[in-house]
Amino acid sequence: MKVRLRIQRFNPEKDRKPWWGEYEVEAEPVDRVLDALHYVKWYIDGTLTLRRSCAHGICGSDAMRINGRNRLACKVLVREAMEEGRGVITVQPLLGLPVIKDLVVDMEPFFANYRKVLPYLINDDPPPERERLQTPEERERYDDTTKCILCAACTTSCPSFWANREYIGPAAIVQAHRFIFDSRDQGATERLRVLNEWFGVWRCRTIFNCVEACPRGINITRAIEEVKLAILTGRLA
Amino acid sequence: MNVHRHPFDAVVVGAGGAGLMAALYASKHVKTAVLSKLYPTRSHTGTAQGGIAAPLGNMEEDRPEWYAYDTVKGGDWLVDQDAAELMAYESIEVIIELEHMGLPFDRTPDGKIAQRRFGGHTRNFGEAPVMRSCHSADRTGHMILQTLYQQCIKQNVIFFDEFFVTDLILEDGTVRGVVAIEIATGDIHVFHSKAVLFATGGAGRIYKVTSNAHSLTGDGMAIVWRKGLPLEDMEFFQFHPTGIYKLGILLSEAARGEGAVLINDKGERFMERYAPTLKDLASRDVISRAIYMEIREGRGIGGKDYVYLDFRPETINRFKSAPGGMEVTAEYLERKLPDIIEFVRVYLGIDPMREPVPIQPTAHYAMGGIPTDVDGRAIRDEHNTPVPGLYAAGEVACVSVHGANRLGTNSLVDLVVFGRRAGRHMAEYCRQADFAPLPPEPEAFTVEMVERIRNGTGKERAPILRNELQDTMQTHVSVFREASGLETAIDKIRELQERYRHIRIDDKGYRFNTDLLEAIELGFLLDVAEATAFSALNRTESRGAHYREDYPKRDDDNWLKHTLIWRQDGKVTFAYKPVVITKWPPKERKY
Ligand SMILES: Cc1cc2nc3c(=O)[nH]c(=O)nc-3n(C[C@H](O)[C@H](O)[C@H](O)COP(=O)(O)OP(=O)(O)OC[C@H]3O[C@@H](n4cnc5c(N)ncnc54)[C@H](O)[C@@H]3O)c2cc1C
Ligand code: SF4
Ligand code: FES
Repeated sequence: MKVRLRIQRFNPEKDRKPWWGEYEVEAEPVDRVLDALHYVKWYIDGTLTLRRSCAHGICGSDAMRINGRNRLACKVLVREAMEEGRGVITVQPLLGLPVIKDLVVDMEPFFANYRKVLPYLINDDPPPERERLQTPEERERYDDTTKCILCAACTTSCPSFWANREYIGPAAIVQAHRFIFDSRDQGATERLRVLNEWFGVWRCRTIFNCVEACPRGINITRAIEEVKLAILTGRLA
Repeated sequence: MNVHRHPFDAVVVGAGGAGLMAALYASKHVKTAVLSKLYPTRSHTGTAQGGIAAPLGNMEEDRPEWYAYDTVKGGDWLVDQDAAELMAYESIEVIIELEHMGLPFDRTPDGKIAQRRFGGHTRNFGEAPVMRSCHSADRTGHMILQTLYQQCIKQNVIFFDEFFVTDLILEDGTVRGVVAIEIATGDIHVFHSKAVLFATGGAGRIYKVTSNAHSLTGDGMAIVWRKGLPLEDMEFFQFHPTGIYKLGILLSEAARGEGAVLINDKGERFMERYAPTLKDLASRDVISRAIYMEIREGRGIGGKDYVYLDFRPETINRFKSAPGGMEVTAEYLERKLPDIIEFVRVYLGIDPMREPVPIQPTAHYAMGGIPTDVDGRAIRDEHNTPVPGLYAAGEVACVSVHGANRLGTNSLVDLVVFGRRAGRHMAEYCRQADFAPLPPEPEAFTVEMVERIRNGTGKERAPILRNELQDTMQTHVSVFREASGLETAIDKIRELQERYRHIRIDDKGYRFNTDLLEAIELGFLLDVAEATAFSALNRTESRGAHYREDYPKRDDDNWLKHTLIWRQDGKVTFAYKPVVITKWPPKERKY
């Protein structure tokens, strides 16, 4: 099938402002939007710049705005995107992070927020000889938030983040949740303190964009609510 | 073009499982930099699905010797048995260490790490499948990568993210550092160091249908080979039996570990004929060949070039009373295999709980690579002479614990066991070694290469050459091989190398120039393909993943040895290294 793409282009080395590149490519209906972008890059204009690696939705490299919604280019089929965009697929970089070139944004502010929540297991007890025990129920408690691939689709879809770039953002809260509710972890107090600060969870207005955006299907709003509740009650129910 | 210099005791190139594990250990003792062309969490380790082996015995009796034996047999006796035994024993403590780091393994009802069956892993030297694969649903690699990265953050490991390494600085046989391009700016960075560890992963992109990421272009192997050092056992490339038809996206063996079966056009579970004991859990090379045999004999689905992987609960339950059979529900499978079920739904638009899934073998894993000893030290010849300061670990390396065919779950074990050993050894080495001086203009090679490509005005285009390479390798250097096909492939690779000198790219800028990087990666791919095709032509026997139709038998008298391949002045040369055999003399491999 013929696929039409409108891609937001911007190379600060030579462009004064962003512009729209329009391309027509030949694709199979079951091709991914990533395949269509590759087609442009490989056979039409090699200067088109994007990040990608795994091509099947696991590495988190290619989060971008497709038809106005944050998604992984490798996880949307052109057929669906064409229907949705009524015959043209619109592709833009994520909002709220500085554009380095075309679809590539500067991820450093995102990772800086991630690092703030102490995203690692904290347990100062001497470890046992074998594995620490954890029941399947305890393991299930934080399963959802272990799936995060740090793609930034959620954080950059959040109006609270657009309004204030200091907001730590849903992804960092998801990461904090993954440890706070892990029965082996002892760092909850410290993480909850961070998340209770002015740039923390209270900036979440429960708008649900993040849940919509998450390619891993994580129920982000629920995770955020659980963190808020833990701060309010002091309990990890 | 700006050039920067940084002194570090040790440099780790690559931030997948192997690189991060090595970095955790090295950085405890010496000043260590980790350079990665991807953000660490984008590394392909994150896509590993099914599990990581260790004979923990949490579900049923298991022993390290059984595991070591399975590894040796899986590798068709080309495995160095001392290394396999070491890996089997150390796997236990490393898995426990990962758990202590926070890795969220699935659990047994009594709270231990859960384990499942996997191809080629057996109890009591081949008697029946054993539950040895520790896992976290079908996202084990994701959890390993995340956990190791988290520990690196905790430990303040120094990262240079999106730095693309182009060259190793090696003078008079000792390591002096590496040269890298900072992707965001195009600046050149020279890292002056006492030691360098390559953990750059695989090279699956030499093939057309592959489970490997676009970024897996064999960079580390090619960089080292260009320095006149050897690569080992490059003829052994694993084709995983179950890639999604045409796309190559992997559907883990974990599916078959949970009971899924392969079905041909006649509805037969054909693996019963090829591997009567382990059937669908035989080793990968055996199954990939069986699939192609079925296809050749017209029993592909609708006579086409694919078969079905069937993991509908009713199919699995139909075989429940066969040895190793399972009884499952759709709900159970959705919990154990959530990601691969989703891949099928997203990319094929079918529901694997209701329909069988079209699959074909997909290029998956390089058994060969930079030869190392069990401490990750790269070696320069068949006498195991180490190259001072040079290390390798993970898929880029060849220890060799995988021999002619890797068992499922054994790469992840390899990453953490040998990543750790290499990191430790490198730290020790750095503590006693001095900085060797840098040569004048260590960046010259990179600057020249980059400018040549950037300013190239020829008519050749990298994407076209890459397609031609991938087609050639897929046709002539895949599951079945024979001399004339391999010769055709070699001629084609030579032609492509020549045409590569005349490429032109569109992007002439410095900032985030992926047009340039892809062109450099193509150069690496061509070299790795060259080493692979020449090694395959050279080995006139069939063993593990290397199947020569013109030499269909394993030939222990002449070929029970590792291949080392060099390139000097455009010509390849070979030497051979004996296989280390401690306990298990070669015998016929049957599953
Ligand atoms: C889909 C899939 C499923 C798998 N499932 C399993 C499984 O269940 N069990 C198992 O044991 N094995 C599995 N494997 C195999 C295993 O995952 C890989 O072999 C292993 O993860 C490789 O790890 P690594 O650390 O060597 O390299 P990778 O994780 O691939 O990392 C390579 C690193 O090198 C960096 N790099 C590469 N080139 C350069 C350069 N020029 N400059 C700077 N940095 C560079 C990259 O940025 C990256 O950080 C699977 C593989 C695939 C593809
Ligand atoms: S929570 Fe989901 S959307 Fe947000 S970073 Fe993680 S995977 Fe991406
Ligand atoms: S390329 Fe890895 S998530 Fe899309």
